[in-house]
Amino acid sequence: MTDAEIRRAFLKELTSVAPDLDPATVGDDDHLQDDLELDSMDFLNLVTALHKRLGVSVPEADYSQIATPRSAVRYLADRLV
Amino acid sequence: MSTFKMPSLGADMEEGKLVEWLVKPGDTVAHGDVVAVVETHKGAIEIEIFEAAVFDTLLAKEGQTLPVGAPLARVHAPGAAPDAAPDDRASTEEQVPPAPARRPEPLKPAAARPAIAETPRTPPITPSRPSAEAPPPASPAARVLARKAGLDLGAIAGSGPGGAVLLADVEARLEAAPEAAQDIGAEEQVPEPKEVAKPGEPHPAKPGLDMAAMRQAIAAAMSRSKREIPHYYLERTIDLQPATDWLAARNEGRDPDARVLMGALFLRATALAATKVPELNGHYEDGTFRPSKAVHAGLAVAMRGGGLIAPAIRDAQSLELDAMMAAIRDMVARARNGRLRNSEVTQGTITISSMGEGGADALYAVIYPPQVAIVGFGAPVRRAWVVDDAVKPRTTLTVTLSADHRVSDGRRGTRLLSEIERLLKEPETL
Repeated sequence: MTDAEIRRAFLKELTSVAPDLDPATVGDDDHLQDDLELDSMDFLNLVTALHKRLGVSVPEADYSQIATPRSAVRYLADRLV
Repeated sequence: MSTFKMPSLGADMEEGKLVEWLVKPGDTVAHGDVVAVVETHKGAIEIEIFEAAVFDTLLAKEGQTLPVGAPLARVHAPGAAPDAAPDDRASTEEQVPPAPARRPEPLKPAAARPAIAETPRTPPITPSRPSAEAPPPASPAARVLARKAGLDLGAIAGSGPGGAVLLADVEARLEAAPEAAQDIGAEEQVPEPKEVAKPGEPHPAKPGLDMAAMRQAIAAAMSRSKREIPHYYLERTIDLQPATDWLAARNEGRDPDARVLMGALFLRATALAATKVPELNGHYEDGTFRPSKAVHAGLAVAMRGGGLIAPAIRDAQSLELDAMMAAIRDMVARARNGRLRNSEVTQGTITISSMGEGGADALYAVIYPPQVAIVGFGAPVRRAWVVDDAVKPRTTLTVTLSADHRVSDGRRGTRLLSEIERLLKEPETL
């Protein structure tokens, strides 16, 4: 997958966890919890959805590495090659 | 013969909109069966019946807004004679009160309309577009109407919790573009857009109003609480390190769908602790406290976009940790995007509110009447903490209790906090 495809997949899952978010206005450096107000259940649902869609199981210890769309795409790309 | 009425889904509810019947005349239902869906400021609520019954006549139509207590259907006990003779049946139409425009008014006989006796149970929804995408969140009635009208749910702006598309949103869309619903008359028993969408009249549920209604409901319940309940408050800061370490080890190596959140430990600990302090678990009504043996643990769920609902996880004291986590997942998802049941929104016996990571250190919550206690979990905080006479960095947590002084005192309240502390220090026992 290209980074653009990963980003699209990530935003798709993010906006299904938080349907009020508009993928067009989510910034690459928005913090999922501080800026987009995901709570721990939302975050777990997102991680679960990413696991289902991409096959990448993000361990809790790595949660800080997917804190923004930009860092999440980088993290996922490293594990999808 | 008896009447099945619009239930009260909390002290703050005046009316509800019947959006879907899940039974038809002649159906026999058991205690606990879901028979209808009602849309309120809490979203779409599945209405259970609390007695075995046979439905004779459906008095209320889908799409009608009715005050609490309005007759919805005639039922009789299984085995008893259905005494709904044809003449009786005809007269029942008079019992359908008109939908109040805004606030309940004295009931007047409604225009005679055929009951929706022949309505088939709504078939499973099939996606209207050949897409792998999940359909947008929507209330059941909204989905049904959109499908019948040939509208794409994804193209409708939702005003409900989490952007969910509500019936009123679909109706508003139909009002704006009535040609989309040309063949809507071809199928009977579609909720009539005209009921809420008369030109020139204020629309009852314009986008945004639903959240305003929820805010009003919170205001009503919390004002009543602060007016009637003499709250007292206790707090205790506890060492959460054992639970934090234990949970991290438990979740390590597990796939996301098998992980447990700290919130599940909080709920489990509170439910177990509540069984030891009966003065904190139950309902206070009409000057009397009725303790509950079961702990129906209300979970305050924040809605994205504002507002909150505290549906109850029933018999929480008997749920092991994994079952508790599954119940929380289900409850949060349904509170935000789907349907709750009336028993879940009315039967909580104690409530738990948790800040979550990044939240305030402590919260002093307002009791949700008729309950008598609410437990608040602040955000876990790293603090210098004394362990065995040495100062160490530890993850700590401030737990608060707001309780009703008419029923309990600080000493008993302290017992609950001590018990929660003890359980969270021995997480393997949870």
